[in-house]
Amino acid sequence: MLAVDVEKRLGEFRIAAKFETMGGAAALFGASGAGKTSIVNMIAGLVTPDRGRIALDDNVLFDSVARVNVPAHRRRIGYVFQEGRLFPHLTVAQNLDYGRWMSGLPPDPAEHERIVSLLDIGALLPRRPGRLSGGERQRVAFGRALLMKPRLLLLDEPLASLDRPRKLEILPYLARLRDEAKVPMIYVSHQAGEILRLASQVIRIEDGRVQAAGGLELLDAEAAR
Amino acid sequence: MFDLTPEEWTAVQLSLRIALVATLVTLPFGIAVAWLLARKNFWGKALLDGLVHLPLVLPPVVTGYLLLIWFGRKGPIGAFLDDTFGIVFSFRWTGAALACGVMAFPLLVRAIRLSFEAIDRRLEDAASTLGANGFWVFLTVTLPLALPGVIAGMVLSFAKALGEFGATITFVSNIPGETQTISAAIYTLTQVPGGDAAALRLVVVAIAIALVALIASEWFARRAGTRYHGE
Repeated sequence: MLAVDVEKRLGEFRIAAKFETMGGAAALFGASGAGKTSIVNMIAGLVTPDRGRIALDDNVLFDSVARVNVPAHRRRIGYVFQEGRLFPHLTVAQNLDYGRWMSGLPPDPAEHERIVSLLDIGALLPRRPGRLSGGERQRVAFGRALLMKPRLLLLDEPLASLDRPRKLEILPYLARLRDEAKVPMIYVSHQAGEILRLASQVIRIEDGRVQAAGGLELLDAEAAR
Repeated sequence: MFDLTPEEWTAVQLSLRIALVATLVTLPFGIAVAWLLARKNFWGKALLDGLVHLPLVLPPVVTGYLLLIWFGRKGPIGAFLDDTFGIVFSFRWTGAALACGVMAFPLLVRAIRLSFEAIDRRLEDAASTLGANGFWVFLTVTLPLALPGVIAGMVLSFAKALGEFGATITFVSNIPGETQTISAAIYTLTQVPGGDAAALRLVVVAIAIALVALIASEWFARRAGTRYHGE
């Protein structure tokens, strides 16, 4: 379970968000510029909140009162960015292994094999990211985040940079990830359709604040629009 | 025309050795300073930036004279190094390398700093979410991505060191076989009657070395560049 209660001022914009997720896939839903990415960056440890507390299960990641701030590299939180952010100087195989090397995990060929075949990226392993299509790149980014064996997976609009056919190509993989990888997910999107297919819990963000939290019924109004 | 005399050969080899040692020894410092200037904000940053670039704008003779005062046998740093480690700079080829290193340092730092600043910081963020601490992020992401700039800086620094004249001759004089580089040898030859042919031979050698260095750096940089775009 993830418990977030953070405040952060970014210039004129102010974020004050409080919510909890139950495991499984939770969606942060809201228009572009609502502060979703900033909130996710705080969970990952890339942005430090001004005030508040972030805890994953019993593990406090950030607490401004107790002066706890676990650095990003020790949080073990997988992060799939909108633009993939694969390392251009490494092959796909090396990109996939990067998290395991850096986290000091022993090799796990079975898990490697399972995720590579789940995402269908076996043929890409010797290539460099510069030569991959957008959809292939995002699939490798999912694999890279999963192979570090994260306690939580953050997906920040992972489909936003793709055209519609690519999105439809990736969505089934995401659904399989959710069902088979058994890692709790935070899925950030402004697309109600994606969330309906993937998430079971919805946190609606507006203007840096949590406007509503609940089940998929929160999207009904959106779908009716 | 191309039979170099043993003295001329000595000057060529000495120049190459001095330029190579100057470049390799200053490289780690250059990378460190470039990183500090590109990534950190600290008190005295403008001062450090200014100090690093000073040899670029000072008359080389001034730099050479300051080195003589500080690193000469009687100088505060020179005396300390001599007493403690037995390292002597004055009137040695090592002193020439020091002078060349100092003179080339701004070019080295500038090229590396620019390539650090051009790196997509978001890749470094991605590396840290994957478990890499600051040191490993630098070693596995920042430095490899800055490699073309590092190579460019090394070539610039090597070329500058090869051509350095004013600071070197002021600091360590012009001793054949010890501190007489190609530049100093050419200068000496043009001052004596009948030295033109020998001077010209060394000029050709200097041009050849510079061309080879440029072509090599271009090749390295291109190779490093293509690695990011597949192949």
